[in-house]
Amino acid sequence: MKTVLKNKSKTVTSEKTKRMSGAEMVIEALVEQGVDTIFGYPGGAVLPIYDALFQQDKIKHILCRHEQGAAHAAEGYARSTGKIGVLLVTSGPGATNAVTGLTDALLDSIPLVCITGQVPTFLIGNDAFQEADTTGITRPCTKHNYLVKDVDQLANVLHEAFHVSGTGRPGPVVIDLPKDVQFAEGSYVSKTNAVTHMYQPQTEPDMTAIEEAVRLIANAKKPIFYTGGGVINAGPKASKDLTEFVKKTGYPITSTLMGLGAFPAHEEQWLGMLGMHGTYEANWAMHDCDVMVCIGARFDDRVTGNIEKFSPKSKKIHIDIDPSSINKIINVDIPIIADAGSAISAMLKVWKEEKYKIDQDALNKWWSQIDTWRAVNCLSYKNSDTIIKPQYALERLQYFLSKDKRDSFITTEVGQHQMWAAQFLPFNKPNRWMTSGGLGTMGYGLPAAIGTQLGNPDGLVIDVAGEASILMNIQEMSTAVQYNLPVKIFILNNQWMGMVRQWQELLHGERYSESYTESLPDFVKLAEAYGGIGLRAETPDELDDVIEQMLKTDRVTIVDVRTCQSENCFPMIPSGKAHNEMILAADADKFDKKLV
Amino acid sequence: MVVKSKKQNFSVYGDGPGNRTIERHTLSVLVDNEPGVLARVIGLFSGRGYNIESLTVAETNKELNQSRMTIVAIGTPAVIDQIRHQLERLVPVHKVNDLTEEGEHVERELALVKVICTGEKRIEALRSANIFRARVVDSTQESFVFEITGSADKVNAFIDLMIPLGMVNISRTGSAAISRGPNEM
Repeated sequence: MKTVLKNKSKTVTSEKTKRMSGAEMVIEALVEQGVDTIFGYPGGAVLPIYDALFQQDKIKHILCRHEQGAAHAAEGYARSTGKIGVLLVTSGPGATNAVTGLTDALLDSIPLVCITGQVPTFLIGNDAFQEADTTGITRPCTKHNYLVKDVDQLANVLHEAFHVSGTGRPGPVVIDLPKDVQFAEGSYVSKTNAVTHMYQPQTEPDMTAIEEAVRLIANAKKPIFYTGGGVINAGPKASKDLTEFVKKTGYPITSTLMGLGAFPAHEEQWLGMLGMHGTYEANWAMHDCDVMVCIGARFDDRVTGNIEKFSPKSKKIHIDIDPSSINKIINVDIPIIADAGSAISAMLKVWKEEKYKIDQDALNKWWSQIDTWRAVNCLSYKNSDTIIKPQYALERLQYFLSKDKRDSFITTEVGQHQMWAAQFLPFNKPNRWMTSGGLGTMGYGLPAAIGTQLGNPDGLVIDVAGEASILMNIQEMSTAVQYNLPVKIFILNNQWMGMVRQWQELLHGERYSESYTESLPDFVKLAEAYGGIGLRAETPDELDDVIEQMLKTDRVTIVDVRTCQSENCFPMIPSGKAHNEMILAADADKFDKKLV
Repeated sequence: MVVKSKKQNFSVYGDGPGNRTIERHTLSVLVDNEPGVLARVIGLFSGRGYNIESLTVAETNKELNQSRMTIVAIGTPAVIDQIRHQLERLVPVHKVNDLTEEGEHVERELALVKVICTGEKRIEALRSANIFRARVVDSTQESFVFEITGSADKVNAFIDLMIPLGMVNISRTGSAAISRGPNEM
């Protein structure tokens, strides 16, 4: 390996190199990288590292109950703190269990470093006990991966892994570490002496393109900002600059699921989320705009709908850190390859220097058009006195959260409840919303909430869940209890896999194949069995009281909110349809049920 | 509002991309010569559904431990563009050049062709080999092995001539390519 050659020459030149075992190098490198919390699960092939962990006190290890849980916990930790999440798992099943979490992190661009144990080098390829081709399996679901066969390479690889994971478009990196390498003694290379790879992606924008983009933005008649997770990944300053820039222009702004919180939802310019279950005003504004400013989003199919009919009249500016995102799905007029934060601050600077003025008349017209779409009140629903509507439950949750002084963090599982949470809970700050966007991983929310709570000990962390998703990683209740994490699990329990049921109703002739859960556990007793607190609300009258109780608990708490079984999540753009063909709750009967 | 669709089996994912122009591009890729790098490139093509026509790889710089891959890929212009960007994302990939896009280049492949024949056919095989400037690298009473280099078209033409004469086996390398002129790739 190239890095090895460089590394070796370095090692020779530096006079004093510390000698230590591979396992000790792992700890040393993690400490040097500023890691204080890791998530994991021990097993045969990582025992030397666990032994080294036992003999130190700089790194806190969180014992999860499943490697998938450990991976999502690391993701939640990373997403809510802006740091790199670290997990440690064993070979074979340990590594394969982590694969879902790694893929999730890849699709949502979450920085993770995952250390997997491996059978000793001399047994690799022999179908040894708990052997799996970890680098082979994880190659397509990581940003990069390594198999380290020489202990003298290890320290450099560890530092390089952190560099690759956090630089450019963030993502998961796997280091597969055979057991004999963990035992072997070698020379440690410190972070400062490490030769990180020539991996240096472009992060600074081309200023000519920025100037051209700002000119286009300033002259727009019907502009819209469309931002995504890239703004969150660029750090809190990017969100601050975005807010300043958008406020200076007075233009409307929408965001993807992953980008919620980058622009404060309480601002008048905020149109809500866009896409398949986005708001009517956001989607229509995207469709009718003449200038679209896409920052750190990637024109996902859940956002664009039918790409042939996507925003036909607009000039498009696309800022992305990943060159392969440009023109991948939608052809754009001004592509800018840059870190979202650098690009926004550059645009802001140009805007101020050139003293741009917007066309106020055109903008007023545009806003009055948007106001007619807003007047549709697309998130309205029919409330009930007897049954808890899921939307109502979230509105009440929001009411009590807004009165709570703590900083609140929301995680979700995947399905209807996730979309309702995105629609009904406003996010005013970045890093407060942890959800599985790209991969759509059921079972993400509880472990992610655990990671979030560990990263934000004083925060109020709530996992908005569905009763089907929560069961996918329910074992992590045990982790929450062990580390005294007062995570709240707010289950919108309709006894159905809600989104599956909704598609079956609307698109598959109401044939509800396998989407009803026959025998659910008693969630109150389940919470108690784990050592947590269980609460239940069955009617709208009980709801407020239960939410208030939940917010006061000092332990992990499950709230079983029995909701309406047949509620569908609207508005909705049926797949393959355009933004202006979205369907509102009021017109649900107009849904073309022949689409299959 | 949605108009009822007339099409019965309309997919909710919409129509796929229709027939578009398919192009053949030769990409030159400079990579670190490390374990797994070929698997990364191949995995990228299979994982994202790109089509590869040929791939040639060998170490080209021992000191820097780098290899050059020559990949002939086919797809729409947008897909070819994606292939280049996706290759550039791989950590051990240093540089990707689309030689077809960047101007003049030379492209060669090598084939070893085994022909079994006697009598008249033997003479004919040698005569054709001479025209194509193929070299005889092995010869027995009843067989030849010819070595031919050239563009893929030239190799194909030579093979077409050899088939009726008793060709039995071919081993081909796939294309190796480099840009013309003094510029570095």
